Amino acid sequence: MAFQPVKFYQTGTFTVGNRLLALEERSVQANMRRTNSLNSGHRACQGCGEALGARYAIDAAMEATGRRLIAANATGCLEVFSTPYPETSWQIPWIHSLFGNTAAVATGIAAAMRVKGKSDVRVIAQGGDGGTTDIGFGCLSGMFERNDDVLYICYDNEAYMNTGVQRSSATPPAARTATTTAVGEEPGNVFGQGKNLPAIAIAHDIPYVATATVAELRDLEAKVRRAMQIRGARYLHLFVPCPLGWGHASEDTIRIARLAKETGLFPVIEAVDGEVAAVSKIRRKLPVEEYLRPQKRFAHLFGSAPRSDVIARIQAIADRNIRRYGLVDA
Amino acid sequence: MLKQIEGSRAVAEAVALCRPEVICAYPISPQTHIVEGLGEMVKSRELARCEFINVESEFAAMSVAIGASAAGARAYTATASQGLLYMAEAVFNASGLGLPIVMTVANRAIGAPINIWNDHTDALSQRDCGWIQLFAENNQEALDLHIQAFRLGEELSLPVMVCMDGFILTHAYERVDVPTQAQVDAYLPPFEPRQVLDPAEPVSIGAMVGPEAFMEVRYLAHAKQMRALELIPGWADEFRAAFGRESGGLLHRYRTEDADTVVVALGSVLGTLKDTVDELRRDGVKIGVLGITCFRPWPLAAVRSALERAERVVVIEKSLAVGLGGIVSSNVGTSFGGSPGAVHAVIAGLGGRAITRASLSRMLADAVHGRLEPLTFLDLDRALVERALAREREQRRSGPIAESILRDLGVVASRPV
Repeated sequence: MAFQPVKFYQTGTFTVGNRLLALEERSVQANMRRTNSLNSGHRACQGCGEALGARYAIDAAMEATGRRLIAANATGCLEVFSTPYPETSWQIPWIHSLFGNTAAVATGIAAAMRVKGKSDVRVIAQGGDGGTTDIGFGCLSGMFERNDDVLYICYDNEAYMNTGVQRSSATPPAARTATTTAVGEEPGNVFGQGKNLPAIAIAHDIPYVATATVAELRDLEAKVRRAMQIRGARYLHLFVPCPLGWGHASEDTIRIARLAKETGLFPVIEAVDGEVAAVSKIRRKLPVEEYLRPQKRFAHLFGSAPRSDVIARIQAIADRNIRRYGLVDA
Repeated sequence: MLKQIEGSRAVAEAVALCRPEVICAYPISPQTHIVEGLGEMVKSRELARCEFINVESEFAAMSVAIGASAAGARAYTATASQGLLYMAEAVFNASGLGLPIVMTVANRAIGAPINIWNDHTDALSQRDCGWIQLFAENNQEALDLHIQAFRLGEELSLPVMVCMDGFILTHAYERVDVPTQAQVDAYLPPFEPRQVLDPAEPVSIGAMVGPEAFMEVRYLAHAKQMRALELIPGWADEFRAAFGRESGGLLHRYRTEDADTVVVALGSVLGTLKDTVDELRRDGVKIGVLGITCFRPWPLAAVRSALERAERVVVIEKSLAVGLGGIVSSNVGTSFGGSPGAVHAVIAGLGGRAITRASLSRMLADAVHGRLEPLTFLDLDRALVERALAREREQRRSGPIAESILRDLGVVASRPV
């Protein structure tokens, strides 16, 4: 039998849980002393992207701040599935006030910490896309403009999932939701102008803006860590697929998130002081169809009479993202 | 120290003496001078260890106060009118969470039509929001009530609204006695929250509660307010002992001992009423005044005892429960043992209309002689109303009501050139 060298396939990759990495390079989740800030036993659906994202983001923030962290949470799935009293999955000080005021509540907490000389205690505000891009937009913009010392994390699952999958301003064109049903001549959501919240955050010239997906959790952790090293208003827009609302298999959450990035529909970027500082390149560009097809919310585009016109318009959005942020190396 | 200052300034100085830690400000008339004053004190470091945050809306103002209070800081804000309505969701949230925020409401009408002048529609629209609501009669009381409000709110873990008449009090220069820092420090201990966001002892605040416990939580909010009814008189006594003057308490009685007719009101109109009652007393009318300082919780027993001897009660209402009549009189009705028909609601001073001694005299003479209707609108121009109604009968597109009424009135700007 010929000699066969042992090959460590994971060497050089950043797979979560990779035990071949140096200790300091390992994921927070690979550490036995991780905080489990959002502990097990909560009521999120199987395959929930938001639960996964929140766990990684908050544990990373806890590590970065030496466990000196307070979170304010908007009304929504994350709030509901993590808490109803007397159960709470939160192992950190946590407050839910209202749907639309989370950024302002976080501002108040940060002000209290400053005035009490406890500026080492850091503040995170978090909410879904509805609580961020729609009803909480005013408070969010105010927090940005004042440059309050808060990291706001938007878990974007592109609709109001907690109330039963209704359209938000983050819902993509053509997507079927309970209020943009797949009927009529133009089924699903309208082709509006969109509401690119990361771009709006960048336009506030705040110190740090980043986007991430739950497909690249090491990247997410690194961005949270970076955000916690900075003072002032910071914004993290996290793409979190929702198997229930989007109608994809619950084991496909990561795959769908990766496809969103690899098609160019969700640009993964970083911006510092109002300027894009880094982009996560698309490794192998894929047509948007690959992303749309596994999701029932887009099923009406692939019926007996496929809507290639609509798919082409969505492809144009992806192509524009790729051009705008240079997501593909020429 | 005696000072001749604007009501808003007096309140700002009182709030500063209470050592607030987070103040959120959003401009709306007529409360703006209060937060302007506080902003300057923070910026000049005259008020140290305090964060002054200029927010983007009243909704944010209350929300920042919620966050600050939940994190253990003494939080204050001020608003009025539309601002109070805009923050209404957060106002209910603050009391639901049991956060002892203190807020000044510089009472002002609610639009439409937009109107910046004084009445009580704003505060009374929030009467069931779970906050303690105190009404100041004059600037000295407005100043004093703020000091009492922090003590009361923090003791009970309830937010407190101090209501003072917009412009009439906020913009009036009056002599006030501003206490010393030592006096206030002795009266108001540091804030010790019952629940606090603290990494050393993590708690979840504000999570969902289902039918199995919601009733009890709401009942406890009510029970706390009932407890406030027991505590407020004692604290007013303590305040008198420490500061040497009568301020606050549940209500103020004026010449009610032998009165057959008692006039009930809130806020600055009490001054005019007392003068009017003095006049009527000189004519031998047995009449007195009952000022409600604490509107929420409603001092049921105290009002009942104050009205025990009264044959009739006249309630001056600076707000209108559209489709019903009086808000305050509905509350008074619960505390009056006599015939329900003997409680009269008099809607007066809406949108800043002056409540004059002459009008009050006429109306009270009618009351004493049994000629007052159950619901009266003081100084309402019936002819104008009739013309507006006629216009609506005559033409479908009768146009904006307020504009037409002003044209009918013949105000200068509406006259043809």
